[in-house]
Amino acid sequence: MDLRIGTEDATLGERAAVDALLGPAAAGPDDERLATGGREARDRRQLLLPVLHQLQDQAGWISPGGLAYACRRLTVPPADAYGVASFYALLSTTPRPATVVHVCDDVVCRLQGAEAICRALTDGFGPALGEPAGEVPAPPAACGWVRSPCLGLCEQGSAALVQRSGASGAPAREQIAPVTLEMLLGLLGGGPVARPPARSAVPQAELGGSPAPELRLLRNVGVVDPASLDSWRAHGGTRALRQALALGPRGVIRELRESALLGRGGAAFPTWAKWEAVAQNPAQPHLVVCNGDESEPGTYKDRVLMEQDPFSVLEALTVMGITCGARQGYLYVRGEYPLAEQRLSAAITQSKRRGLLGPRILGADVGFDIELRRGAGAYIAGEETALFRSIEGGRAEPRNKPPYPAESGLFGRPTAVNNVETLVNVLEVLTRGGAAFAQLGTPASTGTRLFCVSGCVERPGLYEFAFGVTLGGVLEAAGGVRGGRRLQAVLLGGVAGSFVGPGVLATPLTFEGVQAVGASLGSGVVLVLDDQVDIRDGLRRIAQFFRDESCGQCVPCRVGTVRQEELLARLAAGTPLGSPADEARRLDDLAQAMRDASICGLGQTAAVAIQSAVRLGLVSLFTDPAS
Amino acid sequence: MTATGSGILPRLVTCSIDGRPVAVPEGSTVLQACRQQGIDTPTLCYLETLTPVNACRVCVVELAGSRVLVPACSRRVEPAMEVHTDTERVRTSRRLVLELLASSVDLALAAPEVRGWMARYGVDPGRFGDPVAPSHSRDRAAAGHHQPAPAHGAQSCAQPVKDDNPSYVRDYSRCILCYKCVEACGSDAQNTFAIAVAGRGFDARISTEFAVPLPDSACVYCGNCIQVCPTGALMFRSEHELRGAGAWAPERQTVTATICPYCGVGCTLELHVQDNQIVTVTSPLDHPVTRGNLCVKGRFGYQFVQSRRHEG
Repeated sequence: MDLRIGTEDATLGERAAVDALLGPAAAGPDDERLATGGREARDRRQLLLPVLHQLQDQAGWISPGGLAYACRRLTVPPADAYGVASFYALLSTTPRPATVVHVCDDVVCRLQGAEAICRALTDGFGPALGEPAGEVPAPPAACGWVRSPCLGLCEQGSAALVQRSGASGAPAREQIAPVTLEMLLGLLGGGPVARPPARSAVPQAELGGSPAPELRLLRNVGVVDPASLDSWRAHGGTRALRQALALGPRGVIRELRESALLGRGGAAFPTWAKWEAVAQNPAQPHLVVCNGDESEPGTYKDRVLMEQDPFSVLEALTVMGITCGARQGYLYVRGEYPLAEQRLSAAITQSKRRGLLGPRILGADVGFDIELRRGAGAYIAGEETALFRSIEGGRAEPRNKPPYPAESGLFGRPTAVNNVETLVNVLEVLTRGGAAFAQLGTPASTGTRLFCVSGCVERPGLYEFAFGVTLGGVLEAAGGVRGGRRLQAVLLGGVAGSFVGPGVLATPLTFEGVQAVGASLGSGVVLVLDDQVDIRDGLRRIAQFFRDESCGQCVPCRVGTVRQEELLARLAAGTPLGSPADEARRLDDLAQAMRDASICGLGQTAAVAIQSAVRLGLVSLFTDPAS
Repeated sequence: MTATGSGILPRLVTCSIDGRPVAVPEGSTVLQACRQQGIDTPTLCYLETLTPVNACRVCVVELAGSRVLVPACSRRVEPAMEVHTDTERVRTSRRLVLELLASSVDLALAAPEVRGWMARYGVDPGRFGDPVAPSHSRDRAAAGHHQPAPAHGAQSCAQPVKDDNPSYVRDYSRCILCYKCVEACGSDAQNTFAIAVAGRGFDARISTEFAVPLPDSACVYCGNCIQVCPTGALMFRSEHELRGAGAWAPERQTVTATICPYCGVGCTLELHVQDNQIVTVTSPLDHPVTRGNLCVKGRFGYQFVQSRRHEG
C-alpha cells in the first residue's frame, strides 16, 4: 500500500507507548514517510484501537505525531486512523489536560442532582472541556471535566470516571461512586481520590430474608474472591466446563435447546440456534465474542458479573468457544469499566497458567484462548456488527443484516456473540441440565433474569428473580418507592425501552408479559420515578443521549435524533414550532422513519421511550394550559 | 437477459414487486429488480461502480415479514420475496429522509431527479424550523457530549467552503455523507485513502487526518471524488469560479468525447466545453477501462489544449 504519512514527530514517550504494544520497530531506513511493515503489519490493523488507547493514556490525546507513528507501524492511512480516533469519546483528537473527570449526568444520576453538580462545577472550577468559555481557549490546565453518559454505577450513586494520562503511576481510568461535589472539586484541584467504600451491588445477598432468595447468576457475588481462581473453584468453578467437555458440542446445544434460553441482550434470540448455526457452518475458522460493552443507561448487571465473578464469565465464553468450534474468543469490555477489565485480565492470566485456557483445556484435546479488548466510549459498539468493526480496528459503525454474524461476523468469519448475562446463564443450563433450567420461569421465558433497579427506590441494586415476578414484586423487594412517595412511572428496559405507569405493576416481567403491555425488558433496567420527577427533563436527556451516540451513518438516525432533541428543547422552553398538532405530527413522523428506516437498533429505538411517555400522558406536547 | 462470460445464463429468481411477479438473475438486488420493472426508486448514496453502503436510506422498500424497511440498493432478491415500493411506510420514510437532508444540507446543486422525488413525496424542507447560523467548528467536534440543542431553529451542516488547492473546492455544507468520495478515494477505485469519515453522529464529516488542508494530505488530485459526488459538495475550481461569477451556463455546454493523450491506457475523456473553454472533465461510468475514474493528468491537465499563445 502506498501511504503518505505526515512528517510530524511522535514524542519518545508516544513511540515507547506504541512499541510497548507492538514490539520494537524493525530497523530500517528512517524515512518518516515510509511504512514498510507490508502485509504482516496490515494484518495487525485490528490492533489500531489498543494502540490508540496506548497513545491516549500516554499523551492525554491522539497527537498528529503519535497518530503518524501508529499509522506507520500498522500501515494504516492516517485519514482512516483519524476517523477511528475521532469516533470514540474516551479518545481525544485535541490536547486535553492530564486528568479529565467524566461526570455522569444521565437519566439515573440526574435524579441524584447531577445537573446541580455540573452547574456548581462550572461555577467553582470552570466550564466543561469544549464548552464555550469565550473564543480564546483557556490555558492548558492540569485538570478538566466533561459530561458523560451513564457510567453503569447506578446502584452506587452519583458516578464519575477519572481518566489520567502520563506516567503518574495513578490508574489511567478509575470509576468513583458515590461522588460528591466536594470530591470532584478536590480531584480537579489535583488532590488524591478518596475512594468511597463500595456498597454491595446485590441487596438480596445482604438481606437474606425468609425464605432466602435463591441466587443463581449472582450466587458468587460477594462469596467468591474475584482475584482467586482457587476460591472460585471451591465454589463450583469449572463444573459447567467439565460438563461441556463431557457432553461435546452437540450435547451442549441439545441442553441449551431444552433450556429454551433466550438472549438477554435485548433481542431475545434463542441461544442454541445462534450457537448451532456457527457450529455447523463449514467455513473456518469460527470465532466467539462476549459482549461486555454494556452501555444502556441504567444498566450495570454485566459490570457486576465481570467485576465480581470474572472466572465464570471466562468459563462461559470457553464453553461457547468449544461448542461453536472456535479456538479464539474475544471479550470486549466497556472502556468505562476499568475494574472489570483489570479483574478479567488477571483472571485470563491465571486461567492460562492453570490450563483453563490454552492448547489443552483441562487436559482435554481441545484448545481455546481469549483476547480481551477495551472499548473506547461508544454506546453503539454494543451493537453486534458495530462491535466487530470496533475489534477489527474501525469505527464502530453497524451494518445491515443479513448477512448475520453466524454467516459473516468478526473478520468475516462465522461468529457467535452473546452478552455477559446470557453467557453466565449457560453455566446454569449445564450444571442443572437444560430441562431443569426450563422448569423455572414460564414456558416462553425460562430461568432467571437480572434487574438493574435504580432511581427513587429504597434499595437500588441488582436483583435476580425467576421469570414471572411482577414489576410490583421487584419494587417491593427493593423496598418500594423511596420515602413512601407515589409512583409516577417506571422506565423499563433502558432508554431504548419504554415508560410504563403504575397500572402495570401486576404485569409479570417475562418477555411475553411486557410485550403484551407494549414494552420490552431490554437490558433489565427498572428505573423508578416518583411523582416529583420532571419527566420532560429526563426525556430531553434521552434525546441528547441518542444524538450523542448515533454513529452518523444513516440519515434517519443521524439527523432524526437531532430533530428529535430540538423538538424536546422546544417542549422544555414552551416554544412550539407551529401548532401543538404540528409538533405531534413531527414527532410521530420522526419516530416512524427512525424505527422503519434506520440501519440498526439504536435508530430504531431512539424514539420509543419518548413516544411511550407521550402515550402514557406523562408529558403533553405543548398542550398544557400553563404554556 | 444478462449472460455471463461463459455464455451460461444465470439462474433466475422470482419475487413479487407491488403484486407483480418479477424474475431476475440470481444475486440481483431489489433495486435492480425495481429498475427492471421501470419502478423509479430514489437513490442518493448508491452508484453502480461503488460498493453499496446503504447509508442514505432513501431507497427503502417494505418487505413482507420484515420488521423494518430494507434498503433496495443492497438487499439481494430471494425466492418468493414480497416487495412493496409504494406503501404508506415507504412513502413516509422516503419523505422523512429527504426532509431531514433538505433541512440540514444545501441540496440546491443535487441532481434534478432529487427535486422530482421531493415533489413526489411532498417534502417540506422547512418544517423543522429555520436554519441556525453556520458553524465554524464542525471540524473539531468531539465525539460524545454536545451543546444542548437550541429551542429555536434547525441545526445544519452549513459551514465555510474549503478552498485550499488549485484543482477543486470542497463545500461540505452540501455534503449528505453518502460515503461515495471515501469509497472512490479508497479501495473501490483510487486506493489513496486521503479522506475518511471522522467524528460521530451529526458531527460526522468527511475529513483528512486532523482536517489538514488537501496539499498536506495524501490527496493525488485524481478528482474521482468529484465525479461521484451527487450534491456538488466537491467541485472543479473552474466550475466554482464560473458559478461565483454568475457565468456557469450548462445550457451552453457541449460534451466532446476523446481519448486522454497522456499515456498508453487510453482513458476516454468527456470534455465539457462552455464558450470554447474546457470547464470540466469526466469519464463515462460504464467505460470498461476507467469506470469513470481518471488520474490527475486526464482530469485536470487540459490547459495546454486551450493555450492561445502563438509560437513564432
